[in-house]
Amino acid sequence: MDRNRTKPADKIRCDACPVMCYIADGKIGACDRYANRGGRIIRCDPLTVLDRRIEQGGEIRPFLKADWDGDLVAGDDLFVTAVGSGTTYPDYKPAPFIVSREIDGVDFVTVVTEAIFSYCGVKVKIDTDRHLGREGAVVRAKGEPVGLMITSEYGSQMMSLGGVDHLTGGSKPEGRVTCDTLLRLCNREPVELSVDGGASAILQAGQAPVVDGHREERMRVGCGSATIGMFAVQWQGLVDEVVVVDDHITGVVSEHQAGKVLGWPDTGIRIKGRRSTPGRYFQVADPGLGWGGTDVQDPLTILGDWNPKKGARPGLTLLMVSTTGEQYGYYVLDDDLVPQPAPLPEALCPSVDLIAENCEPALCTVMFMGGAGGSLRSGVTKNPVKLTRSVQALETRVTVGGAPAYVWPGGGITLMADVTQMPDNAFGYVPTPAIVAPLEFTVSRADFRALGGHDGSVRTVDDVLEHGGEYGSATRAVAKDRG
Amino acid sequence: MQTPQISMLLDGQRLHFHHGPIDLIVDATGPGRDLGLRRAADRFDSVLSELASELHALRRPVEDCHPLRGKVASAMQRAAAAHQPGFVTPMAAVAGAVADEILHQICAAGDIRRAYVNNGGDIALHLTSTETFAAAIATGPAPRITLTFDSPVRGIATSGWRGRSHSLGIADSVTVLATTAAQADVAATLIANAVDLPGHPAIRRARACDLAPDSDLGARLVTVDVDALSPEDVASALDAGARYAARCLSRGHIIAAYLRLGETYRVIGAPEHLTQPEKDRLHA
Repeated sequence: MDRNRTKPADKIRCDACPVMCYIADGKIGACDRYANRGGRIIRCDPLTVLDRRIEQGGEIRPFLKADWDGDLVAGDDLFVTAVGSGTTYPDYKPAPFIVSREIDGVDFVTVVTEAIFSYCGVKVKIDTDRHLGREGAVVRAKGEPVGLMITSEYGSQMMSLGGVDHLTGGSKPEGRVTCDTLLRLCNREPVELSVDGGASAILQAGQAPVVDGHREERMRVGCGSATIGMFAVQWQGLVDEVVVVDDHITGVVSEHQAGKVLGWPDTGIRIKGRRSTPGRYFQVADPGLGWGGTDVQDPLTILGDWNPKKGARPGLTLLMVSTTGEQYGYYVLDDDLVPQPAPLPEALCPSVDLIAENCEPALCTVMFMGGAGGSLRSGVTKNPVKLTRSVQALETRVTVGGAPAYVWPGGGITLMADVTQMPDNAFGYVPTPAIVAPLEFTVSRADFRALGGHDGSVRTVDDVLEHGGEYGSATRAVAKDRG
Repeated sequence: MQTPQISMLLDGQRLHFHHGPIDLIVDATGPGRDLGLRRAADRFDSVLSELASELHALRRPVEDCHPLRGKVASAMQRAAAAHQPGFVTPMAAVAGAVADEILHQICAAGDIRRAYVNNGGDIALHLTSTETFAAAIATGPAPRITLTFDSPVRGIATSGWRGRSHSLGIADSVTVLATTAAQADVAATLIANAVDLPGHPAIRRARACDLAPDSDLGARLVTVDVDALSPEDVASALDAGARYAARCLSRGHIIAAYLRLGETYRVIGAPEHLTQPEKDRLHA
């Protein structure tokens, strides 16, 4: 090659292979593996080191050896994660980094690799009562099916997205869009999804969900019945009747057990819907984006005629409120026993505010779920099933980008981990399509040897920081246990 | 600088050759396997550095190229030159030509029943009397490819805008069967370029040099995204590609081509090699 060929000064030459690409700042080389960042050639994702001592919430900063005080290798403060460690798929040689460090005098080994997950997805918990779609409905991104609505949880709608059937079992666009959706959710970027026959939502891990353009601020304090139970005392003496509108269980204080124990008088109110137990009603309306996850915009539509024989009278006062306190209305019965809107009396404001104050902020939670099976394990040990058994016996701890992973009981290593506890951009992808996730196995040195680990490949944290791995020596430090 | 790396895959049968941007999966059966693989490994040591030494010329339009020194480089130049006139650089054949050369080294040892070198989907293969080679196009409504000793096909290559190299066209995939992998590689690239709707608003393009400064495509516009297309647009784009493929066929550069855009496809030549797939799925 003509060594005298000159290039603009902002390009530097990568010497990782004979192609010796000239790479401009911010660009990657012909191999897609090395890049120029700020005038230095790096492996595209630098090895990430979590340092517990970096202030929580601190920005990611480039790792400079001079910044460390020298004793960082001892103890549990420093943890080499698999983010940027490179991968050896399909794992015909030891994992990129097998690192030893001492915790309380015991020699521990952490095996880190960026694992390629063909079987993986996310479970998304969306704190909202708003009806996103019926259970089993298909969830789409850019028109492609990427998952489905699953069993609702308390105050939350749930989605299961990804999985091998969408990644590689469907059409090529379906796989591509699914992979992209998973990648963005796992890297805590916002994703817009639509539910067949339901709503559209913008979801982002650790942020409030936005449902049909409406940003959800609060997660409900409880169902309508629970709300009555919690706040009946606050309302006593200030209002004649309270209805908490909820798609699941709408509560009526005068009929509810919580009202009865306070000696709350009957009001002759009648609620449309199916009565469960006294003061608790199912299906007062259809699910929707209105009050308390119903399709109700005007709460009076869930009421039937008032019965004067059971206590209804002109001048009777009524508070209707949703499970988050977000919507409320105050009414007074006129001479024909028809509720007429009236301003909320000052005295009742604190009780409505109290509902809102007792709500937690509505969030989206994204749990990465995948199966660390097959050949991946042989990057750790020559005898893969021993690793599985060691994980199941809790001798080997599994983390994803430093975040603790819940490992499902039963066969294999099927794990779940919270993406908000991982460093930024911890996830990648391969065109298969499949998700690349950082994965660390930590085990005592003795157990590591016992399970047939690649003991000859073990290196100290010092050595990894000093010399890097096969894929370059760039490291970055981020706060451990991020908030 | 990293040296070439060669490792055995977990199945104990196939080898992975890696150097810089090159990843090959290699397999051979027959009494000559060990010797052939050893020769291939020896040859692989210098393949990338030879190419790198003439890289500047290899990235130029083929009509501007002076005769090249390296064996692989020359094969690339020949395969590309067959498609003149029209813009093409020898780099359009690089993956196929490397596969051909490594396969040649394996077979030169003799006593090889069956062998292949898969260079990221561009495949060179060797077959003897009773052996067959089956390949499946992984996505879409795709036929299965079955090749026998009688068939003249010894190279398979696939190109498309979503692939690793930038494309001037919008084909999701063009798979070509030819007598060498280098020929298949360059033809797949050019047929995929021809599957296009010039000036169509649903297609977003960017200058290749802005995406990859060293690209052999220079300032030519490459496809970066394609929105939904009407069935008429899809047919029109595929027709343009099919015309180019038919010309390649009539000139003897290819044996068959399979062009896919979305759920629609065209087959040019040699239907006997393409059979409808069984109902199975490819899982990673």
